[in-house]
Amino acid sequence: MTELTKSDQGPDAATAQSAVANNTAEPAPARITQWGEIRHRFMANRLAVVGLVLVALLFAIAAAAPLIATHDPYAQDLTNTLADPSGDHWFGTDALGRDQFSRIIYGSRIAVVVGLASIFLACLIGCVLGALSGYFGKAIDSAIMRVADIFFAFPLLIGAIVIILVMGRGVLPVIISLGVFSWATVARLLRSSILSVREMDYVTAARALGAGTSRIILRHIMPNSIAAVMSYVSFSVGTAVVAEASLSFLGIGVSPEVPEWGNMISSARDFLGVKDFLWAYPSAAIVLTVLGFVFVGDGLRDALDPKLR
Amino acid sequence: MGRYVIRRLLQMVPVFIGSTFLIFFMVYALGDPVAALFGDKAPDPATAARIRRELYLDEPLWKQYGHYMGQILSGDFGTAFNGQKVTELMADAFPVTLRLTLVAILFEIVIGITLGVLSGLRRGRSVDTSVLLLTLIVVSIPTFVSGYVLQYLFGVKWGIVSPSVSPEAPFDELLLPGIVLALTSLAYVTRLSRTSIAENSRADYVRTAVAKGLPRRRVVTRHLLRNSLIPVVTFIGTDVGALMGGAIVTERIFNIHGVGFQLYQGILRQNSPTVVGFVTILVIVFLLANLFVDLLYAVLDPRIRYA
Repeated sequence: MTELTKSDQGPDAATAQSAVANNTAEPAPARITQWGEIRHRFMANRLAVVGLVLVALLFAIAAAAPLIATHDPYAQDLTNTLADPSGDHWFGTDALGRDQFSRIIYGSRIAVVVGLASIFLACLIGCVLGALSGYFGKAIDSAIMRVADIFFAFPLLIGAIVIILVMGRGVLPVIISLGVFSWATVARLLRSSILSVREMDYVTAARALGAGTSRIILRHIMPNSIAAVMSYVSFSVGTAVVAEASLSFLGIGVSPEVPEWGNMISSARDFLGVKDFLWAYPSAAIVLTVLGFVFVGDGLRDALDPKLR
Repeated sequence: MGRYVIRRLLQMVPVFIGSTFLIFFMVYALGDPVAALFGDKAPDPATAARIRRELYLDEPLWKQYGHYMGQILSGDFGTAFNGQKVTELMADAFPVTLRLTLVAILFEIVIGITLGVLSGLRRGRSVDTSVLLLTLIVVSIPTFVSGYVLQYLFGVKWGIVSPSVSPEAPFDELLLPGIVLALTSLAYVTRLSRTSIAENSRADYVRTAVAKGLPRRRVVTRHLLRNSLIPVVTFIGTDVGALMGGAIVTERIFNIHGVGFQLYQGILRQNSPTVVGFVTILVIVFLLANLFVDLLYAVLDPRIRYA
């Protein structure tokens, strides 16, 4: 069976796999490593590079928000409300006369923080539980997987709304609620990946050499299973950005005065068709952000498993 | 097969208890439902105590939960705090959301599978790459953005459909909300059927069918499609549960009084019987849809045998 899949993947994959085998046994050889190969395939993918640029741009904007913003994102100017885009207010002003451009720039901070932190939390829970589940199997496995089923059966937004109402509105409740309802997929992915890696010869070899359980999991199984999780993680950062904006749109995310894209779109509702710049710019910001993470995730998946292409 | 069904049903029991207890716990941790009932006025202590006793709020949480589940199993979902029976709210809301979900699923099947098959058969060509790019873009557009834009264009600017849905929510008014709800899943269905078609079109049985001189049309419809659509069917099956619970944003944009609307109102007004009741039904729908999909798998692919 192993022979079959190897020949299926073609000569490239076979070399890559033997490179990995060498990698785990001795210091990396000078020839192409698996990760080098993956990086090469990723960079050759135009969309993936576009995604990487978008994500890098987002991080840069979020980090340098005070330098880029032209106005104070909270400052109201009731003499100049709903102004069309102009030289002073590039993206116009909202119903309270706040500068839209500056609010969008600052909004990137919420998107980055919530997107990364909530998925980090989901990965933390999901990787620990998924690894335990996949490695130990039996009773631990079925117990953890039943718990995952419970969280899987919940619609994400509904669970998130309830948690936010318990904890109160704010950035931290949004992060926790999205993380708590996203870990189940990570756990499942990692578990099934570990189940296939667990039976590999190099794991048996490590065990025969007397390696302990934690060493086997962390040094031998995880690096070879984590690939399955990686592209999902990039996708789900995008999904988390959307979910976070959706919560604000429903009026239960971060507080309404905070510059945040979902808030901005939600308050633009009354001016649909009249002042379209109010929702068009923040919408574009969300779409470009998510597109960045989705392109990177797509590129990662193709690079990690070229057979799927 | 019979034994498999029983084992799966038994596996569903702890998941059902776990998820209903989770929502029960979270909702009752939300705050004091009696205080919520009285709004801003301070409740009369004697009345408050009587309501507490009637609603079993003075007992420990697990007892409340046991009592509540006992009631649910006998078909009594309790009364919302405005005096309306939760089952009545459900009878109004679920048919609407069910219709919305049906419309969405229909779009997923018709548009998603068609695009997926077209691009899967032309792997690597320009049709394929543009469809793939399109799916990624669609996934990146939040529901409330596509909802606003489509509602504005079709409902307000061009006046093709009515921008909001009437309380009866007939099928023709649900077409636009249905496609908005379907968009993300539609992209997944497209990608899934594309991958599946592309993989299977290199399979031996397809080569055999071509080699024995069958017309291309017949090879595609009879041999390729039948085998390739299995993962797509499973995705659509599990999506039913997700769509029904995930329609909060769509229902809010188009002012549809369905499950998402009732849940949203219930959560905001701390109307615990409504929230717990609706989520319980949603969990049951989700679990049954998953079971159904697993069984369907065996019907579609006779190689799969359940011990």
